[in-house]
Amino acid sequence: MHLTLHVWRQRGPGLLGGFVRYAMTDVSPDMSFLEMLDVLNQQLLARKDDPIAFDHDCREGICGACGMVINGRPHGPQRATTTCQLHMRSFSDGTDLWIEPWRARAFPVIKDLVVDRGAFDRIIQAGGFITARTGSAPEANSLLVPKRDADLAMDAAACIGCGACVAACPNASAMLFVAAKVSHLGLLPQGQPERDGRVVTMVAQMDAEEFGACTNHGECMAACPKEISIDFIAQLNRDYWKAAVRASPPPSSPSPPRQTS
Amino acid sequence: MELRSHIPDGPLAAKWERHRSEIKLVNPANKRKHHILVVGSGLAGASAAASLAELGYRVSCFCFQDSARRAHSIAAQGGINAAKNYQNDGDSVFRLFYDTIKGGDFRAREANVYRLAEVSARIIDQCAAQGVPFAREYGGLLANRSFGGVQVARTFYARGQTGQQLLLGAYQALSRQIGIGTVQMNPRAEMLDLVVIDGRARGIIVRDLVTGAVSAHAGDAVVLATGGYSNVYYLSTNAKGCNVTAIWRAYKRGATFANPCFTQIHPTCIPQTGPHQSKLTLMSESLRNDGRIWVPNKKGDTRPPHQIPEEERDYYLERLYPSYGNLAPRDIASRRAKEVCDEGRGVGPGGGGHGVYLDFRDAIARLGRQVIAERYGNLFEMYQRITGEDPFQVPMRIYPAPHYTMGGLWVDYNLMTTLDGLYAIGEANFSDHGANRLGASALMQGLADGYFILPYTIGDYLAQAKAPKVDAEHPAFRHVQGEVDERVRRLLAASGRKTVDAFHRELGRVMWDKCGMSRNAAGLKEAIGRIGALRDEFWRDVYVGGKGEDLNQSLEHAGRVADFFEFAELMCHDALHREESCGCHFREEYQTPEGEARRDDERFGYVAAWEFAGVGKEPVLHKEPLAFEAVHLAQRSYQ
Repeated sequence: MHLTLHVWRQRGPGLLGGFVRYAMTDVSPDMSFLEMLDVLNQQLLARKDDPIAFDHDCREGICGACGMVINGRPHGPQRATTTCQLHMRSFSDGTDLWIEPWRARAFPVIKDLVVDRGAFDRIIQAGGFITARTGSAPEANSLLVPKRDADLAMDAAACIGCGACVAACPNASAMLFVAAKVSHLGLLPQGQPERDGRVVTMVAQMDAEEFGACTNHGECMAACPKEISIDFIAQLNRDYWKAAVRASPPPSSPSPPRQTS
Repeated sequence: MELRSHIPDGPLAAKWERHRSEIKLVNPANKRKHHILVVGSGLAGASAAASLAELGYRVSCFCFQDSARRAHSIAAQGGINAAKNYQNDGDSVFRLFYDTIKGGDFRAREANVYRLAEVSARIIDQCAAQGVPFAREYGGLLANRSFGGVQVARTFYARGQTGQQLLLGAYQALSRQIGIGTVQMNPRAEMLDLVVIDGRARGIIVRDLVTGAVSAHAGDAVVLATGGYSNVYYLSTNAKGCNVTAIWRAYKRGATFANPCFTQIHPTCIPQTGPHQSKLTLMSESLRNDGRIWVPNKKGDTRPPHQIPEEERDYYLERLYPSYGNLAPRDIASRRAKEVCDEGRGVGPGGGGHGVYLDFRDAIARLGRQVIAERYGNLFEMYQRITGEDPFQVPMRIYPAPHYTMGGLWVDYNLMTTLDGLYAIGEANFSDHGANRLGASALMQGLADGYFILPYTIGDYLAQAKAPKVDAEHPAFRHVQGEVDERVRRLLAASGRKTVDAFHRELGRVMWDKCGMSRNAAGLKEAIGRIGALRDEFWRDVYVGGKGEDLNQSLEHAGRVADFFEFAELMCHDALHREESCGCHFREEYQTPEGEARRDDERFGYVAAWEFAGVGKEPVLHKEPLAFEAVHLAQRSYQ
């Protein structure tokens, strides 16, 4: 295969970037997208050019490290597939590919295609957990969880934290990411005691990170490599309003999740 | 140097309980005065950092990924073992212990393995309490499945993403501590060296991967939870970033390295497709519960699988191991796959390839498509994404790939290395899996170490150490930091013609050919020579490019590969010295007429712990004899 790549190159945070064109020849359809970029980087190094920086690690679609916008779509054209699992057989010979980093104010570019997703970590730190001190847990089977709830919780828990939902959203909203964690923990009996506090503090952190408001476009779900459903956003909203009404515990006066339609 | 394992006295089943009651405790008011550095944020690192912070210690945690949640534990698919006996099928702590010792081909320490089995049940309790969405029965109770190499169903799982869910549980516990300020988290930070003062580990040197800044961090103890070194083979199932650097640097500073040649080759990986291949993808071993492994009887048979009639198929594992069949342990399943492929009966494009079939035809006929989809749906999808083939229609093709390393830093019963104050947990240590790890035991060990063992044993050291406080201004830190700076400078200054990746691939080929699934003395000697020559060439002819002061992935890779070059030699030395076949270490000279491993308990019933003797010098071998009191040393038989 022959391809023309237009790759976003940016030397560092806050600097101006731009697309640089690279002609690729002899691309095998069996290559993964990242392997194709590996080959390009080897060529760049051979001519003593700066290779393209991109995040990646497991290359099995589970660590959530990789991700780039390919022809306007986070993780590229294939449904339910991370960039590392996307294979070149998904593209036709002679295609032009425009490759960009996630674009969101809350995810500043570090270099080329690498962005800082620390905001996601801070949202989890704000409340995305069940407090269970090591050693204090009761016998596991003393707590029954209906299979339906466990399965639904697992659907939400499958989120890999890649950030494609934010990149896909016209408003760069993190609602799907937050909703997945709120729902995962809120669906389980273990998660009930902290349910109200969790949703309030996580939403407050989400707002503080300057993610945009949910626009109900559903682009997040379409881009999500784990096909997390926007039904969980509805669950998040329900949980949030219930918590706001009950106002317990009050960590700070909660402001509602910003929502436009 | 003397290896003191500090195994408590008393009967096997009472050792841990007794030890826990006797070891020293740190006064709760004093805990915050102790600063612990945890390197790595996988199952072992995250669970340790969170648990230590809960106890009141000040903790700093470091990971090279952009978030603690991305550590490679996340990729574990199949499950986690625990001796709960929920299935009423006769499981017990002793049976889990025995299976692990036997699976490891009697090259692990009895006391450690027994403790692992003992705490396994509490891990499930802990994870369930954190909200890990384990698979459930309709009545709401936890579900189990059986997993490679054992005859009871003791494996807990969360679809095919058990590692992910367990890691997220530990990550969330860690996040809670970060949020309340008891853990200081340092993502995108790579440990490049260890600082030892007066025989004690006192800190680490770290490079910030975004700014390139090299900084020193002092503490009262250092915990290495930095995973395994399968990437020495270049192609492995490990994440691209996995590396040996942290434990290798510790080795060069005085920690001994145990059984480096014990590397597990996993039988069920997707075969390589071409020279561009950057990594290999594991398909969960759970697939072997329902899939049948076969190759054609005939060499070079190029017919598509559905055209090969039943009588012309060789279900070789079922034929050779009637009682275990397709569930034979990993080392055996891998070696037999290599054998049939070496005979020319491998499958794949064109026939005679490096692959064997894993066929679900019979399982689909027996159980129906829906049951199979429920059990393995996401694995089938993953396979199809990578290969473009649908396993519901055509059998999967699999081939062995490096997956897990049982070797690691030598640790005593307290998980402390031969350097005071330096601990190694999870895959980074050698302690529990002997010469071969059983399926679903890595997650168990990582979490056992981090949640339930290290938090106790580290207190014993801290309570007694009474080491003078040091800070990062100490001359020893300046000195080591200077060495790190110099190494970075040297890598950047090299202006040869070959990329780091090209060197890594060459090293990987040598290791796979000569120190992979089967080894022999001549090959290992040849490998040692070639590694040395390649290493010299690396420093002479590598081109790294870029600067040290920003994000430079080529430089990160270069440092890791430079360490792999040194480490690979030690691996070959270890493999060469061990003149027996045990577990995954198969020496062609030592096998039975049936081609099974021939162990030599008389000469090699010990842990080989290697001490660094200086650059270019032969490492020094120390032996920790393995005494077996509770189990009878048997030749493994899975027939």
